[in-house]
Amino acid sequence: MKTYLVQRLTIALLTLFGMSVVIFVLLRLAPGDIVDILFSTAGYVDPDARRTIMRELGIDRPLVVQYGEWIWQILHGDLGKSYRYDLPAWEIIRPLLPVTLELALLSLVVAVCLGVPTGVVSAVRQDSALDYVLRVVSLAGLSMPSFWLGMVIILGLVAWLGWIPPMTYVPPTENFRLNAIQFLLPALAVGYRSSALIMRITRSSVLEVLREDYIRTARAKGQRPRVVVWRHAFRNAMLPVVTVIGIEFAFLIGGLIVTESVFNLPGVARFLVEAILWRDYPMVQNLVMFIAIVVILSNLAVDMLYGFLDPRVRYG
Amino acid sequence: MANHTATRELAPVLPVAWRRPAWWRGLVRFCRRKPLGAAGAFIMAAIVVTALFADVLATSDPIATEAARTLAPPDAAHWLGSDHLGRDIYSRIVHGARISLIVGVTSTLIGSVLGGIIGLLSGYAGGKTDLVTQRVLDILQGLPLLVLALVMSASLGPSVQNVIVAISIPIIPRAARIVRSSVLSIREMQYVEAARALGLQHLRIAFRHVLPNTVGPFIVLCTAQLGSAILVEAALSFLGLGVPEPYPSWGRMLSVSAAEYAQKAPHLVLFPGLAISLAVFGSNLLGDALRDTLDPRLRGG
Repeated sequence: MKTYLVQRLTIALLTLFGMSVVIFVLLRLAPGDIVDILFSTAGYVDPDARRTIMRELGIDRPLVVQYGEWIWQILHGDLGKSYRYDLPAWEIIRPLLPVTLELALLSLVVAVCLGVPTGVVSAVRQDSALDYVLRVVSLAGLSMPSFWLGMVIILGLVAWLGWIPPMTYVPPTENFRLNAIQFLLPALAVGYRSSALIMRITRSSVLEVLREDYIRTARAKGQRPRVVVWRHAFRNAMLPVVTVIGIEFAFLIGGLIVTESVFNLPGVARFLVEAILWRDYPMVQNLVMFIAIVVILSNLAVDMLYGFLDPRVRYG
Repeated sequence: MANHTATRELAPVLPVAWRRPAWWRGLVRFCRRKPLGAAGAFIMAAIVVTALFADVLATSDPIATEAARTLAPPDAAHWLGSDHLGRDIYSRIVHGARISLIVGVTSTLIGSVLGGIIGLLSGYAGGKTDLVTQRVLDILQGLPLLVLALVMSASLGPSVQNVIVAISIPIIPRAARIVRSSVLSIREMQYVEAARALGLQHLRIAFRHVLPNTVGPFIVLCTAQLGSAILVEAALSFLGLGVPEPYPSWGRMLSVSAAEYAQKAPHLVLFPGLAISLAVFGSNLLGDALRDTLDPRLRGG
């Protein structure tokens, strides 16, 4: 167990290192930099002024030095400074984190609550009309852009209820109910999509387990169908589902990027888009790195969880 | 027409030896066994036809603005209404099929072929090469597809080619994984061993003898990725980092400017989104059916 953990952690750290290089290099492929954008409204740019600003921002030095410094800072818990806001990056990111976290968790809850039961039902009633309907509905979820679904939900509310959801962020401490409503809508839009993936995995996994001998035994001894499905089959079918849920949690962030923009929620994902458009290197770098860390941690967590859920998995 | 009805009436009397061509029978069998897949194939075919004949199908110029028709609702001449610049939405959607398909198909092909080759070589070589390749792919796969595509298209700048590159790179590791896993089992087969015993060169074995057997999973992979490539293109264009302005792109039609007018003119938002959903839905349906038909091991997922 211990050696396995060490091994996994080493690989995770190596991957993170690789990712940091990729992220760093990608962002420097860009033509033009923050100085161009800062001066774009000014017309003529004095080369001296330009040089001064570049020196102040530290982007006149060789890339290797810039990279080294970035990593050094990260290792010391310093996320650098935003070019655009002239504020420490952490101060900008910190208030955004709870928004994204709340939305991601809520979306995941929606996804699991929709995906798992429909997957089981669809597997138990394989090839029935219900199965077809559920599969088509879930495939539709995979096919709709979540940001569009978000827009349609808002439009629907306006058209049928004549009610516009609050479009400026309300913190939960201020008005909990309004906050919950505000988050539930985008969570539905994002969660529906993820639920489709979870439903498909659940369905195929339950189908597989239902063909096992011990299920036949349970049926043969006269166990009620409901007990067979939920007690015997469901528990063993959940393994691959847990993996997908773990992976989905990290990948939800992809869906959040556009959804946060549509619903005007001040989260990390929306801010990432803004920072990219502004070529605010330190912000983008740190935000993408943050996403990478979340992805890797959740993968690691899923791996560990496997051992608890399935005694057959032994860490060698 | 008359001929067609005649054959249908005559069919039971005809001798058994008279049969329709094999591809036709295969098609009919596919439609009967996989009605959903057939529906997907039909949707995709319709979109391909739309893209090919966009100039004929469009009722007006997709980029011509008409101030008098700003945000006009659907009517007889402009079936799906007009946008905030008075451009005909129907014609824009018809032309948008081109962009979506071109970007979706090329980026899927580039990503899948490159990933496929990497997966083939890495799986066939095995050992340390495989290990290192897998770790490198881990790095690329560690980021959500959209995040990677977003960063890439932002740093490459908005143009059709760059969008294609930005979408195809994140596909590479996913394609490599799938091809590799099927190569791993094929590699152990006896006929591969026989080829090796005959003294064939490794590259030749990999490309001539292993590769053809990965075609099934590869086709499945391509159809599955096509849907997500179209979605990513839509999201990038929505954020203003995708296909640049003169081209009518479905994602861009939904972008922030459209969202502002959404309450006054819901058709602005509704129809382009439906077009995206339909295209992705079609490729997902087709992909599912192909997966079931070509590779029973990959059920579900």
